[in-house]
Amino acid sequence: MYQGIRISGFGGQGVISAGVLLAQAGMMEGKEVSFFPSYGAEMRGGTANCSVVVASDEVSTPIVTTPDTVIVLNEPSLAKFEPMVKPGGLLIINSSLVNSKAARKDINVLYVPCNEIAGELGNTKVMNMVAIGAFAAATGAMSIDAIARALPKVYKKLKPEVIELNIKALQRGAEFKLN
Amino acid sequence: MAEKKLMKGNEALAEGAVRAGCRFFAGYPITPQNEIPEYMSWRLPQVGGTFVQSESEVSAINMVYGAAATGVRCMTSSSSPGISLKQEGISYCAGADLPSLVVNVMRGGPGLGNIAGAQGDYWQATRGGGHGDYRTFVMAPSSVSEMANFPDKCFEVAFKYRVPAMILADGLIGQMMEPVDFTRPEIDLRTIPEPAWALGVNNGREKRMIKSLYINEGCLEKTVIERVKRYKQIEESEVLYEEKMLEDAELALVAYGISARVSVAAMKLARAKGIKVGLFRPITLWPYPKKRLLELSDRIKKFLAVEMNLGQMVDDVRLSLNGAAEVYLHSKPGGSLISAEEVCATIESVVKKGAKEYAAAK
Repeated sequence: MYQGIRISGFGGQGVISAGVLLAQAGMMEGKEVSFFPSYGAEMRGGTANCSVVVASDEVSTPIVTTPDTVIVLNEPSLAKFEPMVKPGGLLIINSSLVNSKAARKDINVLYVPCNEIAGELGNTKVMNMVAIGAFAAATGAMSIDAIARALPKVYKKLKPEVIELNIKALQRGAEFKLN
Repeated sequence: MAEKKLMKGNEALAEGAVRAGCRFFAGYPITPQNEIPEYMSWRLPQVGGTFVQSESEVSAINMVYGAAATGVRCMTSSSSPGISLKQEGISYCAGADLPSLVVNVMRGGPGLGNIAGAQGDYWQATRGGGHGDYRTFVMAPSSVSEMANFPDKCFEVAFKYRVPAMILADGLIGQMMEPVDFTRPEIDLRTIPEPAWALGVNNGREKRMIKSLYINEGCLEKTVIERVKRYKQIEESEVLYEEKMLEDAELALVAYGISARVSVAAMKLARAKGIKVGLFRPITLWPYPKKRLLELSDRIKKFLAVEMNLGQMVDDVRLSLNGAAEVYLHSKPGGSLISAEEVCATIESVVKKGAKEYAAAK
């Protein structure tokens, strides 16, 4: 089993946090994992992306160049990362902020209105959780439960009610199915 | 077994250094190693250590010189341009026989270059970097766990032979997160006696002196020759390397740090195509595992160095083999990551090239 993931969006959307969380959850499920952030002049409102690998064997390179899954949280990320998706792979698009549709026909595309769902739950900050919830359910690479258990490990200062909200967002994301 | 922890390479290195007894850190910020001083700034006070954000890289290495003279386990860290600034101080530490740890999380160069991971400082790290006849013990981690565990080994060697040690990492190993195992036990500093040369309060003991200046005729020569004997011991006793799938290999990749990980992926791709490839990974870059490489040339006749620079370590591969096998190079400068597919293509061309010649000779 090998799952290479690329997550991209605006700085502040929780791109890096979502990546760390997936790596932590993968590790807690007994998988080999790696996480690699873009670390340029990143700032709130700028662009940020990260690579995550979850695999049953030793991870060789931490930078994912041909991702099995790409999660794009904003419009500019779609243009940059859609071409990279492995043929037959998965592209998750945050349709709340990305108006364009995917151009490729050789990949699976899942449109998830992450910001709207997070807003319904009461806090748009958890939009990244909606996205990775959809990822976990669509790929089966890890369980929602593992991500939920990873939450307090990665975010040690989060209050229990905020953890609960994040878990709800994961579950709502997991309801999205590929056609 | 303790629970594995997901850590960033730089943070794991900082924690590993503290566990290995490091109690003094001085440094100046530079990407991609900033997590090391950041971590040290809150962690060292917890164990009674001292953290100083210095006004420059030059002052940081000289603070390390001062701290090392008192026998404390001390370190500084930086990235390529900052390490260039430290070279004078590293030479002085070597000249004064001061054990210390310098960490270089390499980025693209020369000059300010860029902030991506690179391996362009191999020559600087292994050939001395500063002026004069000296060596530094150099280790190249290729995982976050190695970042966590190498400081301990470096301090061990630095104190045993009284030499500066260096961890030569790269921006990728520094920035990536992986599960970490701290395999080396935490050092209890109370069990380590004060070095016989360390400076401090003198309550009537014999005078001690730490210096690198030997003006009188013949004195410097004598000092350097005595030091070279310790270098020889290091070359005999402290060489470390790792081998993967070399048993049946017709071609050996030679790579360290992040390039070694890319090489593992390339090795798997090539093996899937039926090409017998293995990996030789030097863990100590000085001393370089010359003897073992030469031994391997008894049955492996092609070596392919893979590095993220213009081709620097390949010199050591050639020096080790001294004509006993063919040496090839796959390299990329400028802080660009080499892909496993690229390396695999080179492997195929190197193997095929030989096959054609072999067939022609037949």
